[in-house]
Amino acid sequence: MSDYILEMNHITKEFSGVKALDDVNLKVKKGEIHGLCGENGAGKSTLMNVLSGVYPYGTYSGDIVYKGETCKFKDLKESEAKGIVIIHQELALSPLLSVAENVFIGNEQTSMKGVIDWTATRKKAQEMLAKVGLEHEDVNVPVNSLGVGKQQLIEIAKAMAKKVDLLILDEPTAALNDEESKKLLDIMLELKNHGVTSIIISHKLNELEYVCDALTIIRDGHTIETLNKGVDEFTEDRVIKGMVGREMTNRYPVREGVELGKVIFEVNNWNVYHPDDGERQMIRNINISVRAGEVVGLAGLMGAGRTEFAMSLFGKSYGQKISGTVKINGQEVHLNSVKDAIDSKLAYVSEDRKTYGLVLIDDIKHNMTMAALRKFFSKKGVVNANDEIVSAEEYKKRINVKANSIEQTVGSLSGGNQQKVVLAKWMLTQPDVLILDEPTRGIDVGAKYEIYCVINDLAKAGKAVIVISSEMQEIIGTCDRVYVINEGEIAGELNKDEVSQEKIMQCIMAHNRKGGE
Amino acid sequence: MGKNKVSDVLKKNAMLIVLVLVYIFFTVMTSGQMFQAMNFNALITQNAYVFVLATGMLMCMLTGGNIDLSCGSFVCFLGAIGGILMTTKQMSPGLSIILMLLVGVVYGCALGYLIAYVNIPPWIATLAGYLAFRGWGTALLSANSSTGSISLAAQKGFLAIFSGKVFSTPVNQTNIVCIAAGVIASAIVVVTSFMSRATKVKKGYDAESVMTLLIRCVLSVAAIMLFAVKLAGAGGIPTVLIWVIAIVLIYDFITSRTTIGRYFYTIGGNAEATRLSGVDTKKIMFLAYLNMAILTVITTYIVTARFQAANSTAGTNYEMDAIAACVVGGVSAYGGAGNVFGMVVGATLIGVINLGMSLMGVDANWQKVVKGVVLLAAVVFDILAEKKRS
Repeated sequence: MSDYILEMNHITKEFSGVKALDDVNLKVKKGEIHGLCGENGAGKSTLMNVLSGVYPYGTYSGDIVYKGETCKFKDLKESEAKGIVIIHQELALSPLLSVAENVFIGNEQTSMKGVIDWTATRKKAQEMLAKVGLEHEDVNVPVNSLGVGKQQLIEIAKAMAKKVDLLILDEPTAALNDEESKKLLDIMLELKNHGVTSIIISHKLNELEYVCDALTIIRDGHTIETLNKGVDEFTEDRVIKGMVGREMTNRYPVREGVELGKVIFEVNNWNVYHPDDGERQMIRNINISVRAGEVVGLAGLMGAGRTEFAMSLFGKSYGQKISGTVKINGQEVHLNSVKDAIDSKLAYVSEDRKTYGLVLIDDIKHNMTMAALRKFFSKKGVVNANDEIVSAEEYKKRINVKANSIEQTVGSLSGGNQQKVVLAKWMLTQPDVLILDEPTRGIDVGAKYEIYCVINDLAKAGKAVIVISSEMQEIIGTCDRVYVINEGEIAGELNKDEVSQEKIMQCIMAHNRKGGE
Repeated sequence: MGKNKVSDVLKKNAMLIVLVLVYIFFTVMTSGQMFQAMNFNALITQNAYVFVLATGMLMCMLTGGNIDLSCGSFVCFLGAIGGILMTTKQMSPGLSIILMLLVGVVYGCALGYLIAYVNIPPWIATLAGYLAFRGWGTALLSANSSTGSISLAAQKGFLAIFSGKVFSTPVNQTNIVCIAAGVIASAIVVVTSFMSRATKVKKGYDAESVMTLLIRCVLSVAAIMLFAVKLAGAGGIPTVLIWVIAIVLIYDFITSRTTIGRYFYTIGGNAEATRLSGVDTKKIMFLAYLNMAILTVITTYIVTARFQAANSTAGTNYEMDAIAACVVGGVSAYGGAGNVFGMVVGATLIGVINLGMSLMGVDANWQKVVKGVVLLAAVVFDILAEKKRS
């Protein structure tokens, strides 16, 4: 009766009091390709996780009507049984198993109970591959012998093997080159002709424009609008406006009275190659400089190479065949290890605090002093535990870490407080240059504000601060100057008075077009 | 607040309390036999190797639940070398001890290199040693002796250093030196506790109340004096006890007070984060296994001296005893948590259970069953307690 295959109505999802989704509506017509776009952190993936049952019924409010019936999925299995299959950004393939085995992972072709029928597996795998345009592939080779593009298509073949009605693709082309992306998008159009409905999440607006029949824009956990091909204006510019057109309130503390000093951090002709693939250049001829008291942003889309750039600077923690020069306080430094970097007064606060920043089972004070232990909290290898306590208490107060005591395990803190601990850890190394990689990822608005205040304090103290963020607003709100990075190169440099989300996007798009030719 | 503190103290010392209860249980079951001076002495001499090896194992496990399976076999191999040097080649004990240490250092470096720099998983690298050294040691022994065992009974100096008694006296006399050592040790414990509290108070840090400090001191002194009196009645301080105490104190200091020690914990908690904090994580892994090898050498001295011979069966299952002591003592099987004190309690608990059951005449096979159950119970208890806390 309704021509919608899926209606998600008034979906609200909270994470410890913070609304990730607030009254979101999404309607997808049967047989269409529906695009979903928005900034990083706007809530796209959360919405898809609600749909597929990753967040079970009851942990969100609102309802999901799929094929005319209200669904209350408890887990992924239930939604898959209904024909909803989600393909995540990270490939879920088992690299050493064969293509055929991967196509039927969790869905094995069996003859008797639990015995795999290899003939059927191979034959059917071949059929599935044909559906995604890989009919000439050998299904017996290990999946990691194929390129990323083909692996992504095998993910789709895997979904097809599950009798999919609604296919969800989360940034399927993020790791693909233009040719591979084009092929994948054409396969999607082909599937559409066979009656498969798809939802695609992507940052690449030109792709959405090419493939989608309708497009829903999400911003800050709200649905902004849905655009239909042939009815509404359906251009990149229009979509960008929808994505970024929010009012600026004072979410960013004002930084006043900071005199910019001399250039104290300078990187010239920086080149880096992929750690596993010496042919693949990740960073190309990047030049940047930062003055004392200045906050400089590195803007760009996810995967633009900003983190790779920062980590390659920080004691060659990423990549190989690194070339270029780094000057700190006017002197050229050779940072061959993290220890060199710390000794040269460079600090890097990782984007992934749990994996690269904290020892979750240890307490606040030990985490705070971890990087500075050798230089500032020990004498001849013997730790001064009392100094540790004093400093940890001081920083706990100074940057407002909300915890019962400095003895509390870091794992029990909220994301925002964990981030503050990581910041304290690096401030305690007494750096002159700090690189903050996604300093507010996954933390609530209040904690974000406090982190921005810390950034301001650092600038006032004459430090050079580099902020990497995928949230363009954050970059605009906190930085004096912005480098736009795209595909490992500098795509543009914008001053405070000219920077805007549209400008940043335009830099990226222009750079993409140049690279595409 | 007061109630919380009491339950906190109980929780923190749960294993220690279990140890005391188990000891009392066996004392009752053996009608006081367990409490005799000779058995205090036996508890130490029989289990000295566990304390030393478990200290090394603790350091390995801290780095991420890594273990050394080869240490037991290496004890056999190195014992054979020692036997050949001292008895067959008639080399002086001093030189032999140094040569044995050299062999251990070479092995430790090789093992550490393979694990830290070639990235061989520790259990595989040490499994190779487990197999090879047992075979090699046995082969060396049978090539140099018709019985497959080389006697060290003639090496008086060597035996005195590693298995003798300090100022030995006959069993029915009270050993004055032993009592004096107990008094001195007690005094040191009391004085250092009060001094460290005084510094804390002077600098304005949080310090425990005088009452808890007093209770702790009284309990510590009671324990030390109990041992001193019992050992004084058993002929004096066993030299191995001095080795064990020295090692335990040194490693307690390293793990709790030094930067290197701290890094063992942070690597076990999060190796990547530690590396990105400027720590040479590979070097720490290397040191863990070099250290393990060195402590295995000391274990070999202790064990060959106690048996007065190098045997092909020496060191059998020692690696498992060491792992069990750590695990029962609350060392995390995933790394990053555990301390020397806990390990000592764990090792003692297993030793007490062994000794108690032997005195009760429990069949050796059933003893193994009981030990297995205790090990599992300790881990389950630990994990459940952890869950409750979070």
